Amino acid sequence: MKNRIGQRAISSLISLFGLVILVFFLSRLTGDPSALFLPVDASESMRENFRELHGLNDPLLVQFGHYVGDLLRGDFGDSLRRARPALDVVLEAFVWTLQLAAITMTLVTIAAIVVGSIAAFKVGSLFDRAASLLSLIGASAPDFWIAIVAIVVFSLQLGWLPTSGTGTVWHWVLPITILFLRPFGLILQVVRGSMLTALGSAYVKTARAKGVKNNRLIFVHTLRNAMLPVITVIGDQAAALLNGAVIVETIFGFPGVGKLMIDAILQRDFNVILAAIMVTALAIFIMNLLIDLAYAILDPRIRT
Amino acid sequence: MSEHVAATVRPHRKTVFGRFISMLWADKFAFFATTFLLLVVLCALIGPSLLEDVAGKQNLRARNAPPFVLDRGWVYFLGGDALGRPLFARIVVAAQNTMMVAAGAVALSITIGATLGLIAGYLGRWPSEIIMRFADVIMSFPSLLLAVIVLYILEPSVGNLIIVLAITRIPIYLRTTRAEVLEVRERMFVQAAQVMGASSGRIIFRHILPMIFPTLVTIATLDFAFVMLAESALSFLGIGIQPPEITWGLMVSQGRQYLTSAWWLAFWPGLIIILTTMSLNLLSSWMRTALDPTQRWRLEIGGKSND
Repeated sequence: MKNRIGQRAISSLISLFGLVILVFFLSRLTGDPSALFLPVDASESMRENFRELHGLNDPLLVQFGHYVGDLLRGDFGDSLRRARPALDVVLEAFVWTLQLAAITMTLVTIAAIVVGSIAAFKVGSLFDRAASLLSLIGASAPDFWIAIVAIVVFSLQLGWLPTSGTGTVWHWVLPITILFLRPFGLILQVVRGSMLTALGSAYVKTARAKGVKNNRLIFVHTLRNAMLPVITVIGDQAAALLNGAVIVETIFGFPGVGKLMIDAILQRDFNVILAAIMVTALAIFIMNLLIDLAYAILDPRIRT
Repeated sequence: MSEHVAATVRPHRKTVFGRFISMLWADKFAFFATTFLLLVVLCALIGPSLLEDVAGKQNLRARNAPPFVLDRGWVYFLGGDALGRPLFARIVVAAQNTMMVAAGAVALSITIGATLGLIAGYLGRWPSEIIMRFADVIMSFPSLLLAVIVLYILEPSVGNLIIVLAITRIPIYLRTTRAEVLEVRERMFVQAAQVMGASSGRIIFRHILPMIFPTLVTIATLDFAFVMLAESALSFLGIGIQPPEITWGLMVSQGRQYLTSAWWLAFWPGLIIILTTMSLNLLSSWMRTALDPTQRWRLEIGGKSND
């Protein structure tokens, strides 16, 4: 187990380093920030000063050297846009995204497991077919479209929920509901398939022969064994949410890391892009460790 | 096994095409999904040549014309957009760009991904390690953001959009192909080919590739839906296809500002997107059964009882 964590840490670090190099040079190809941050009629000498101040006149390789040097000292640079440490800006946004992802994934996990288990237990029934249809729609719906249709119906027509921003509990309802759909559809399918396999196995038949009640049979005997493939999918989906739900955050004006990254790219705020990528990569790494841990708890064979 | 069942159920053999049609008929959802998809492909192929003029003609008296009114002619059945252009015609014409981007991206990523996967699976450790790390780097990057950065540097044209979307999907095919190759190459017929002195190229393309092709096609169908959604999302964010070119995603984005006064501008194109992706999902799950020789009999028997 320890060995595996070490191996994964090293290979993640290598991937991350490749990513940072790639993004560093790609993002600098998008253009000169001085064109965006100075007024249109700024003189050439003002632009020159701006570039000099932010070290944008050095050759790219020198800039990269400086960046890596600072990074090793724990300095992620400043945000051009907000004139604050890039890491602070990113962490603030990340807390929002983390809350959004945590709440959504908790709800998705509970709902998908309950509905998927029941659907598998009553395979072919009306409930099963309704669940399949629901998961099909969830998995194939374009989130931006569902989001704006939901805004029209619930915010504009019915006036129940706010259209965007944060502040009250009600602001969270629509973003969470939209984010809920796709992972719910995908995980539900996996739960159902995995439960079907487990329900056909010998130990479930034994339990049934012993007269174990249905609820206990589903949620204790079968579910634990059916969870392994489910956890993998939950991990993938949670990673996607941690990367920032760009579309949903943009539409609902949610100050998360996805919106921050899009804004940073459009504003050529290079340090923020890089810091955001590293923070989310770390979060995803930690989450993968948790998934491994969950595996080990559920399946004693993996613990060695 | 499946050949045997097919032979006993059907007295005279049908052509491959006929067999697939009856297998499709056995699963009604898949049948309607395929019909719908064929219609969309037909729109993409001949729609622009039929309706391009109508779709581009502005008619200020039909601005945001409501749907289900036939006064202005049948092309206004779904209403008009902000410049009075008929929505129905625009949706038909937009099918071409939407399909072209998705089909191009899927074709490109499956070609590159499967080739790299075959190399990684069949050749030794070193190439495999390098290729898998390359896949890791792509996978660890939020694909939408990669697309944003690249499209921001390059022109957001159809070609560049295809390349960007293809890059983000390569790891899927790469990993699947490699995993399947690792399993297939241990089988007897591959060893037999090796013993008989077949070259690596021949073994890979004539013996291994046909075995994993059905899996790849099934994934590609599902991925087509995913790529379509990604393209729509990019166009929606304003960094995908640029006007005057149109795609369904762009139409949703253009309709967004008229949500309160004319909901149909954003509603119809979105509905078509969801119908198409749902059809692709249904078709993909049918293919999983139909292309698997050990599962195929389920559909063949089902087809019989429905005849």
